Order: sequence, then C-alpha cells, then structure tokens
Amino acid sequence: MSAVPLLAVRDLTVRFGRRVAVQHASFELWPGEVLAIVGESGSGKTTLLRAVHGDLPADGGRVLYRLHDGTLAPLDGLAEPVRRHLARTEWGFVHQNPRDGLRMAVSAGGNVGERLMAAGMRHWGRIRAEATQWLRRVEIDPARIDDPPRTFSGGMQQRLQIARVLVTRPRLVLMDEPTGGLDVSVQARLLDLIRGLVADLGLAAVIVTHDLAVARLLAHRMLVMQGGRIVESGLTDQVLDDPQHPYSQLLVASVLQA
Amino acid sequence: MSGFALRAEGLSKTFTLHLQGGVRLPVLHEVSLEVRPGECVALTGPSGAGKSTLMRALYGNYLPGGGRILVRHRGALVDLATAGPRGILALRRETIGYVSQFLRVIPRVPARAIVAEPLRAAGMAEAEALSAAERLLARLNLPQRLWSLPPATFSGGEQQRVNLARGFAYPYPVMLVDEPTASLDPANAAVAVALIEEAKSRGAAIVGIFHDADVRRRVATREHEVIPLAAAA
Amino acid sequence: MSLPAYSFAYLDEQTKRMIRRALLKAVAIPGYQVPFASREMPLAYGWGTGGMQVTAAVIGPDDVLKVIDQGADDTTNAVSIRRFFALTAGVRTTERTAEATIIQTRHRIPETPLAAGQILVYQVPQPEPLRKLEPRETETRRMHALAEYGLMHVKLYEDIARHGRITLSYDYPVLVNGRHVMAPSPIPSFDNPKMHRSPALQLFGAGREKRIYAVPPYTDVVSLAFEDHPFRPWKAEAACGLCGATETYLDEVVVDDRGGRLFVCSDTDYCAERRKAGHRGAAAGHALAAGEGG
Repeated sequence: MSAVPLLAVRDLTVRFGRRVAVQHASFELWPGEVLAIVGESGSGKTTLLRAVHGDLPADGGRVLYRLHDGTLAPLDGLAEPVRRHLARTEWGFVHQNPRDGLRMAVSAGGNVGERLMAAGMRHWGRIRAEATQWLRRVEIDPARIDDPPRTFSGGMQQRLQIARVLVTRPRLVLMDEPTGGLDVSVQARLLDLIRGLVADLGLAAVIVTHDLAVARLLAHRMLVMQGGRIVESGLTDQVLDDPQHPYSQLLVASVLQA
Repeated sequence: MSGFALRAEGLSKTFTLHLQGGVRLPVLHEVSLEVRPGECVALTGPSGAGKSTLMRALYGNYLPGGGRILVRHRGALVDLATAGPRGILALRRETIGYVSQFLRVIPRVPARAIVAEPLRAAGMAEAEALSAAERLLARLNLPQRLWSLPPATFSGGEQQRVNLARGFAYPYPVMLVDEPTASLDPANAAVAVALIEEAKSRGAAIVGIFHDADVRRRVATREHEVIPLAAAA
Repeated sequence: MSLPAYSFAYLDEQTKRMIRRALLKAVAIPGYQVPFASREMPLAYGWGTGGMQVTAAVIGPDDVLKVIDQGADDTTNAVSIRRFFALTAGVRTTERTAEATIIQTRHRIPETPLAAGQILVYQVPQPEPLRKLEPRETETRRMHALAEYGLMHVKLYEDIARHGRITLSYDYPVLVNGRHVMAPSPIPSFDNPKMHRSPALQLFGAGREKRIYAVPPYTDVVSLAFEDHPFRPWKAEAACGLCGATETYLDEVVVDDRGGRLFVCSDTDYCAERRKAGHRGAAAGHALAAGEGG
C-alpha cells in the first residue's frame, strides 16, 4: 500500500451558471483500485468525471495527480502540453457513446494505433502488430483491423474504444457509463472484459454508472452522489448491503437485486 | 497479549431504516467474542437473533455501530471497525475469508476461474492458481465438464460447491463460514466438514453458522450464543 | 490630371500592408498558418485569389513575374493572372524560370532549381493539413500549438493499411523547421524534396480559407513517413516524349482520338529549354510541341 494516492480530488466544485452541478467533491484513488461513482441521472457523476479529466473547468477545488517522480501535482498547475500529454498516454477516457471516443472514418487499426503514433511511435509494422494484439485482447477478430468502426456493432465499438485507450498502458482510466447503451448480454461480455483488463494491467479506474450491479462487479469502493454532492462513500459491498444515507438506501431498495 | 486471531469487543450494530420513517433496528449490542487459531466457534441462537449480522460485521460487510474488531494481520493487530475500505480490502486479501451461503455468479467467468480468484488476488501465478482450483473442484465432486463453464446455469448444489471451493482455496488465518452444508448432499457435506477440519488443523480461527446440528457437533470446538436483542431487552 | 483606375498591383496600400504584416509573421514562424483578411479579387475563389494577394503584396515595379498552372505557362489561369499583373502593376512577365523574380504557381514547383532572391508564391486551396481528419478548427489550432501530430500519421497509416504503401501523391504533408506540419498545396509529392532547404523564399496564400504561411530560404522541409515505409516521391516510369528528360515530373496526355498517349514534361518552360539545347525525345517533332515554347 502506497502512502501517496495516484489521484486526489479535493473539494471540487463545478457550476453551470447558477446551478451547482458538483459541490465540494473529494476522493482519492490508489493504483490497482476501481472506484464506482453511482447516482441517478443529473446527480453530477458524469460532470465530476469530466471535471477530473479536465474537460470542464472547476469552479473550486483541485485535482492532484501523482507524477512519475512521486510528487502529487495539481493538474491546473501543469502546463497544457504536459497535461495533454498525460491525457493521451497515462490517462484514458472511455465515453458512454463510442462515437465520442472513436474516429468513425478511420479503420479499427488506425483507431488503436493513434495513441501510439501520438506518443511518437513511427514504425508502421510495430504499430500494426500492437493494434492486432489489442484487437485480439478485446475479442475483436483481427481480420477486421482495416474496417472502420461504423461497420461494427455497438458492443464491438465499445471494446474498440477500450483497446484504443489501453494501448498506451495508462495508469488511470476514467469510464463514463461504459455499458450504457448496450444489450444486457453484450454488457456482460464487456464487463467481464473490463474486469479482466483492470486486474491484469493493475489499472486504477473510475467508473461512472447508474447500474449498481456494474459497481458490485467491478468496483472496490464506491461513491454515491445526489444533487451534486457525495452523500456516501465506502467499500462497495458495504455500501450496497448496509447503506447508511437515506438516498443510498433508496437507491439500493429501488433495484431488483444487485 | 494472548494469541487470539480475531476478537470482537463491545460490538454493536443498529440499522436505521430511512425509508420507513427512520425506524431504528438494534441487532447487536456490546457483543464480545474471541477466537484462537485452530478453534471453530459455532454461533447459535434462534433465527433472526443476528448471527448473520455478526458474521457480516466481522467481515466489514456491515458497518459496525460501535466497538472494535481486532484481527491479527501480518503479525500486528488491526481494528477492522476503523480500518477503512482500503484497510478492509487488505485484510480480506490475506487474512479474513468469508464463505457465504450463495455463490455470487459473475457473468462469463468459468467456475475454475471463480475458485482461483482469491489465489490470484493474493499474488499466485495463474496456472498454479487454476490447478489448485481444479483440485478443489474435483474433491467437491463437481463434474469436470463444468469447470470451464460459468456457473450461472448450475444447480443450487453445484453452485454451492463452487462457492465452497472458492472460500477454501486460500488458507486464510481467519475464516467466517455461513451454512456451508446447506443444499449439499451427504457426500459433499462430508467434504465440506473435512475442509473445515483441515482449516482448523492448519491453525485457522473459524466462526461459523451451522444449522445442521450434526455438522455443528463435528466441527465446532465451542458454541457462542447470539441472543436476540428484543428478548434481552 | 487623371487618377489611375487601380492602386499599384490592384490592392490598396492598407491591404498590402496588412498582408505584408501577415507575411512577416509567417516567415518568422515557418509553417505556421497566419490568418489574414482576404479580399475580394476580380475572379472567383479557387482561381488563385490567395496567391494573387500575396503576389500583389510583395511585387514591385522592377520584378519579373512568371505564373504557372500545373507547370504550364500557357493555360488560361496562368495567362490571365500574368496579364492581370502586367496591367495593374506594369511589371515585366516571363515564362523563363531563371529570369523570374516572383513565380506564382498552382500545383507545381519548377524543375529549374530556384535561386536565392527568387520568391515562389503558391496558390493554396486548403491550408490545414489536419482538416480531413479533424474538422474542428479550435482543435487543429491546438494540435499545431502543442505539436500534437499523431493524427497526421494516422492518415499515412491508413494509406499503407489499404494499399500496402503510401499512395498519397500530392499535397503530401511536410514537417517544416522540425516544428509545424504544413500542407504544401496540391503539388505532386515528387516536388516535395525541392522545398527542403530551398534558397528561394516560399510563400503560401489561401484566399478562401484566409490563411498565409511561409517557408523561409534554407529551411528544413521533411515529408512525413514511417521508419519502415520511408517517403518515396512518385513519378511516372517514363521519359518525356518531346525532350527525353527522365528526371522531370511528367504529364500523360492523350494526343489523338485513337487513344494514343504521350508522356511530356509538366514544366513547359523546362521542356522547351531542353529542346532548344538539342535534346530529343522519342516523339520529337510531334504536333504537341509546336504550340509550346517561345
């Protein structure tokens, strides 16, 4: 157990005009740990995730990230080139809609290879080999490597998006409802895949979901959000089996069986 | 300090049901319990007395309302009640195991991988973990053709055997065992009893709920009665 | 006393000053696209309005102007732009590369090596090399600002994946001065090496897109590629039918109504000079040569 977390979110506040979307959110994440953020639509969970990723400006608080030298650096203090470099190498963001995370007109191989090329890889054969290996890993037939993702099913697109993000071996992956628009059977396959990859690669991940079963399956810890606030946090099975906050109890009581 | 492996001191647990107008349901009040290595303590008491609640509190699954849960972890005493999520996860990886009544099925994950998972989590190499898992499944008479299948479609008894194998795969120093022989036929119940006996003889401290009086007599070194609070009040 | 109908070289002095400021900035940051307030010219966008505005801003009474379109001096577009400046600036025009001080071009770099003191003005339809891959201007600007050019290689990756090699044969992206990725305008990739450390000043004008950029003399211009798929400029495997040249970029032209074809130099001036010097191709004396040269 390391004393310094990989990611530390302190008092993060995000406003949309006069509406407060996220209010004083704080949490920490350690390497190898999966954290689920649950709550109903409009609870601020996706906004929190996007603010952590730097896609939305925070109106208060900070996000700190452990750099390779071990220091915990505030992201807003890093120069933009450094931040963007982190975002495309050490970080990954998996969008709910794969269209937001893929280049639909670029082949599957090009989609997976992009981050490698962005990181400076200039050997076509090696980029190709790496992309092939990752397609296999996310259970996409490597024969489809030159097909554009618009010819893929929703589940395949989502797996491709995950391959595209993981190819640079990020330390931190942020996922926004990764199984959101998928059929139940396809969801199961994707969840199993994410579960395996997270464990094999020792990733730290934050997963936003409204599905408590997803949190149960994937996450070590979870946060419950309501109205922009984190109302409860703790061990996943403890929060699901012995929720303390009235809203958590309502959430747990509202699903059939998580 | 004496050599206990697990000790609950003044453990209390009250559920507050916010959806029922904030009704408070006290279940445990100042429960104390000590278990030494090699001991198997059977929790007794009528249904609804709070046996399962106590077990879940000892595992950190229920949040204790008061008291301490001291666990010997890597040679030091850790209070599980205040260890926090990451502390509890560390305890669960190496020190405390929980064999529940029902298998929580994970989609698409085959039986032997489910059994091997605690070994993998503790750092064992995949091949080694899988072959250890297979040995246990064989011992629990789960047909070999089922090993590579996800247990979602298994019968209740088959699922429970997978569950037992998973629970006993890693040699935890402290084990919490909830109805291990429920829904098992006599032959497999005997295997379950043997697994508990072996855990005891390697020095595990065990707390269990055994409805089957026969099984209880065979495995328990002593009994601890959980008294319903309504009756105690 | 009568006022001239137009300012010198058509554009008013304030506009030329504005364009010169943009040019200075462009020269200072090689390959960087400088926005400028593109004016209406007396011909439609797409006919070289960007190049004409740049030419108008740099031309002086002593300059000698050459205009080529796909290497040829005698196409409608080249002829009318040449006449435009003869009319509005009163400058001398020429078809000889070596004689010109300013060469405005569409889609070619002359075969005759350029010299110090010459200015090559490119007409540019699409100045943004990343545009087809990333439609958002805000995003492409940021990518240039941070030198995030992975996406550019995605385009080349796709080409190799589809065809086994880089088939992109014109407007082939280059890295200028080790910093900015730049669209060289739709010149054939064959011409790309001529940009590298050229002694001439190279200016680029995109009228519709309102961008100006530049490559100062002796600047590194490197065509993008992969280690295992290096840049290879493409050229037809043939010799010029008229002058016999094998080192030039060739056009394939249909010469009769029976499907007869002939490869000829795309640079008409270069070809004519060679023929004058006595070089003969396999189809020497063909009627095609008659209308050319001079």
